[in-house]
Amino acid sequence: MSISLSAGAVPGPRKDPEVAAALGRRRKRVDIIIRSLCVGATLVGLAFLASILITLTYRGFEAMNLRVFTEVTAPPGSEGGLLNAIVGSLIQASLGTLIGTPIGMLVGTYLAEYARGSKFGNLVRFVSDILLSAPSILIGLFVYQILVLPFGGFSGWAGVVALAVIVIPVVVRTTEDMLTLIPNTLREAVIGLGSPKWKMIVFICWKSALSGIITGILLAIARVAGETAPLLFTSLGNNAWSVDLTKPMASLPIAIYSMAGSPFEDWIALAWAGALLITLGVLSLNILARTLLRGRK
Amino acid sequence: MSQAATAATPAHAAPRSGGNLGDTIFEWACRGSGVLVLALLGAIIVELFIAGMPAFRAFGIEFLWSTDWDPVQEVFGAGVSIYGTIVTAVLAILLAVPLAFGVAFYLTELAPAWLRGPVGTAIELLAAVPSIIYGMWGFFVIAPAFAAHLQPWIIDNFGALPLIGFLFQGAPFGTGIFTAAFILAIMILPFIAATMRDVFLQVPPVYKESSYGLGATTWEVMRGVVLPYTRVSVVGGIMLGLGRALGETMAVTFVIGNANRISTSLFGPGNTIASLVALEFGESETGSLKLASLLALGFILFVLSFIVLATSRYLLRSRLKA
Repeated sequence: MSISLSAGAVPGPRKDPEVAAALGRRRKRVDIIIRSLCVGATLVGLAFLASILITLTYRGFEAMNLRVFTEVTAPPGSEGGLLNAIVGSLIQASLGTLIGTPIGMLVGTYLAEYARGSKFGNLVRFVSDILLSAPSILIGLFVYQILVLPFGGFSGWAGVVALAVIVIPVVVRTTEDMLTLIPNTLREAVIGLGSPKWKMIVFICWKSALSGIITGILLAIARVAGETAPLLFTSLGNNAWSVDLTKPMASLPIAIYSMAGSPFEDWIALAWAGALLITLGVLSLNILARTLLRGRK
Repeated sequence: MSQAATAATPAHAAPRSGGNLGDTIFEWACRGSGVLVLALLGAIIVELFIAGMPAFRAFGIEFLWSTDWDPVQEVFGAGVSIYGTIVTAVLAILLAVPLAFGVAFYLTELAPAWLRGPVGTAIELLAAVPSIIYGMWGFFVIAPAFAAHLQPWIIDNFGALPLIGFLFQGAPFGTGIFTAAFILAIMILPFIAATMRDVFLQVPPVYKESSYGLGATTWEVMRGVVLPYTRVSVVGGIMLGLGRALGETMAVTFVIGNANRISTSLFGPGNTIASLVALEFGESETGSLKLASLLALGFILFVLSFIVLATSRYLLRSRLKA
């Protein structure tokens, strides 16, 4: 505000053209310096992304070969791949999404169609937003307490449930946002035709918001595909081939974690290959989701 | 918005054949799911508290600041990891906020229109990169670079300063509190930048135009009009970043050095609640006091992040309504 005062001094009673010109120059200079700093900050941000992607591409492709996709993890020194981890990740992420999505959609629908502005609705919205940003490692601890301890051991199912808990708030957020965008005249028209409310929601509202809801689901898949912390205490990881959900199950992030932390060169290389795979998958899901959303607008 | 909802209610309440049962079932399915989400959060808090009870009972309130972590003697304290959690998160905020502000300023006022979309997306993609990837990148790229270049330079130039010199002393390991905070800063940058950008865009153009009309420069408009108008939400965005930084696990585990001591130097190793839990959990026996201590740590972390995230949401409430 002090700046606008000094600027206001220019047309004041005591005019000194030199002072005014010096002030003007100073203000311009400050403006240019800050603008360049902001451009610099943006470039720094982009440089981080570039550095991550270049490192991953370079070290990932170096280690990438067909064995990564066709063979099970082998002890260090012998040739192995990530097949068990890839399949385990696919199973857990898709089952987690399958369980979490309907719940998330129903909650989002409740918030947008039934509980707008109500106290209980606000509470649910608040809690869902907290879950969205809550540390994922705590969700792992929680599932460990309720599913691993009582049922005698780490299991794929526990991992699935942990991931489902993470999926729910992501889907809630997008579903509610997308349903709120639908004009009320559309709802009134449907109700006016004598349709029950649930048919209005399922056949009209969900249908109109479909691409937005799918975006949310894609983002949720991308989110859980890269989650490591909640799986540490639930599905644990498994170096052998296993698709049995009642046993510990491998997953890409856990495999990357244990291999990258190992002292063996070939395991570290394999971890880079896995890291490249997972990042490519997650980023393309994100870009796909954004394109879907933009096409809608 | 709410008027329409009430307008729909009479039609729904009117006696009608066919739809009523379906309506009841559907509404209760929706409401039940809402209750489930509430119960989920409640259950997480209660489960962690109950599971951590043995540790709270054994060590009392001292657990919060005791710096012991001795699995052999079975003496555990949360002091070091709480310290590490808060220091790394606050340091990350200090590093991330100026960057995030620059990015948001650039994206809303400076960038040409055709560049805003792609650059905005690229920055948001930083938020999509999984935590474990940041960990690997930090461990194999950033930490060696820090150890070889940045840290020796800082230690040489600032280590001898009076009063603050001790912050920059010690050996340049590459890993440590500072590196962890640096990685965290990059991870929370997109969250803070996106919130700032969104609230900056909500400033009515008329305000900005009248300021420009008075001859203000772009920076003066930002400082005198946009920032005062959006102050509360900007703080909310920063709190959101803080909440994220507190609970970040995998990336921190890779680069913080994992030592249970409080070092005065920023380059010294340390740990955070999340990294300690991630590392030690596998080595804890079921039912042991160590496991209970780790779960008690989880409960403390939950309370910490809950407070921060709830504050963030409270500050951002005006933005959410809009």
